[in-house]
Amino acid sequence: MENVGVLMTCSMSTYLEQELEKRFKLFRLWESSSKAQFLAGFGESIRAVVGDTKVGADAELINSLPRLEIVSSYSVGLDKIDLNKCRERGIRVTNTPDVLTDDVADVAIGLALATLRKICLADGFVRSGQWRNGDFELANKFSGKSIGIVGLGRIGTAIAKRAQAFGCSISYHSRSKKQNTNYKYYPNAVDLAANCEVLVVACALTNETRHIVNQEVIDALGPKGVLINIGRGPLIDEPKLISALSEGRLAGAGLDVFENEPDINESFFRLQNVVLLPHVGTDTVETSKAMADLVVANLELHFLKKPLLTPVV
Amino acid sequence: MAAAANQHQSPEPPPLLLLHRFPSFSLPFLPFLQTKYTVLDPHADPPHPSFPNLSKSARVMLCFGPKPVTSEDLDRYPSVEYVVGTSAGINNFDLAAFRRRGIRVTSAGDAFSDDVADYALGLAIDVLRRVSAADRFVRAGSWPVQNEYTLGSKVSGKRVGIVGLGSIGSRVAKRFEAFGCSIAYNSRKQKPHVLYPYYANVKDLASNVDVLIVCCALTNETQRIINKDVMTALGKTGVIVNVGRGALIDEKELVELLVRGEIGGAGLDVFENEPHVPQPLLTLDNVVLSPHKAVLTPDSFAAIEELVCSNLEAFFSNQPLRAEVAHD
Repeated sequence: MENVGVLMTCSMSTYLEQELEKRFKLFRLWESSSKAQFLAGFGESIRAVVGDTKVGADAELINSLPRLEIVSSYSVGLDKIDLNKCRERGIRVTNTPDVLTDDVADVAIGLALATLRKICLADGFVRSGQWRNGDFELANKFSGKSIGIVGLGRIGTAIAKRAQAFGCSISYHSRSKKQNTNYKYYPNAVDLAANCEVLVVACALTNETRHIVNQEVIDALGPKGVLINIGRGPLIDEPKLISALSEGRLAGAGLDVFENEPDINESFFRLQNVVLLPHVGTDTVETSKAMADLVVANLELHFLKKPLLTPVV
Repeated sequence: MAAAANQHQSPEPPPLLLLHRFPSFSLPFLPFLQTKYTVLDPHADPPHPSFPNLSKSARVMLCFGPKPVTSEDLDRYPSVEYVVGTSAGINNFDLAAFRRRGIRVTSAGDAFSDDVADYALGLAIDVLRRVSAADRFVRAGSWPVQNEYTLGSKVSGKRVGIVGLGSIGSRVAKRFEAFGCSIAYNSRKQKPHVLYPYYANVKDLASNVDVLIVCCALTNETQRIINKDVMTALGKTGVIVNVGRGALIDEKELVELLVRGEIGGAGLDVFENEPHVPQPLLTLDNVVLSPHKAVLTPDSFAAIEELVCSNLEAFFSNQPLRAEVAHD
């Protein structure tokens, strides 16, 4: 397989790079000064693309790779891959579900606790020496809060399981009602938001779910509500969110994802009632390795003409 | 107590309630108590004219904050039969002196336990997943520049060791179990109906876990229960969270081990000499620092108010007390 040309779209993981290098002829898209030149020169050699949440495989890229057979994404999210184009061309697509479910669910709960209990703010309070002058303010209890989950997939379910151990009640909105669960279902996000105190966005980003958390949903969640997003930035109408947070129409937010990463809206920096993470939902030593191993395994299986582990297309 | 119905008798004054606190600690529900009791506050401004006299007749002392209650205090207030604590911890009470005088004492019981347990999880996840450090990174404008942030450590599936499996510790255990973590513990005695593995020795516990949560009571026996040996046993990737009392950990050793990278990280809500926090900690990214606020929520405040008011009524009507501390 050393002659199989694999294109990595960006420097997503040093370990993954090394593992791909060992097995394939690795091309690094980010190292070329001209993407157009690179593709003109090497496009014919590429039989596989490894992309991630930042740089995937859009129609333009796919069109410039006539021998492309498989896109193996270093992510579970598929919003950066033109799936229709892949289906058209008969290109396989794999992602990394399950291995990252726990990590993302952990961050969702971590964000909820950090936001409600003002952990980051309090840490700053201590580091800046303010504790000498008096006590910190009150924060809000997490246990027993009603949690609304948008998207009860693998990650949403894992979040629900954790929240239940804190005595939280769970309700959800999904494309369709899930058969194997006792959680209360709401047919739309507005009703869900109106009936919970902490709204967690955990669904996939598709044409249908863009801005699923819009002004109406934010209003329904209300001035005591807290919004957590570990899905994709565009799931939330970000300017509306920022206004609501600035004007006290929403109590707080914990965000791992943004509409424009990594140059996020600077208005966020002025807000004390939001916790900001640089898209680290899966960024642990353990999970990065597991994701990379899964990407490599899928590629190897494909070129050995064996069944793929986690195919999407 | 109700006023006497007979209009020829003057109504009984409300029972005396003696406050015991440092001046900077105020009691949120004091105004409510003042409607039901004659509250004697040593820090009242202006001072209560009859305080010196009346305080000698007070049967109940209500304590707020960390001010100790010593044998000398009990000499000064010889009528005290019942001391009301408002913290989960009662390490500031000279319990031996209470026992000698047959003085009853109640603590916060379970009033704060959910909030403290939640906070322990919050601190642990923050340290392992670098939440506060990452928030600082983003706010400093570093994300576009540095592009990647340091990898954290997976929370789910970690081996968690709990020092003190009481009201708080048992809630911590339940929460971590939902993350697929295994639980082991150390307590004064093994708990008969608990299935988690028990370690009689904290060092052995530390050797066998990845995350150590300290939530036991501070007593003579547990001073510096987390010492250099324990922390070394926890190891280079180990994380320690303290929501008990600062004096449970050898703070000087903790700081040195953190600075030298011989322990993975720490989440600390309590310190040996609050509000002083050792300087070297203030610039470490693998620690999360908190100003003793694990109980600072309106819910915990409401719960302690309910418990205290209920216990005061119970005491004055000879009913059983809740969260009474047994003199064992």
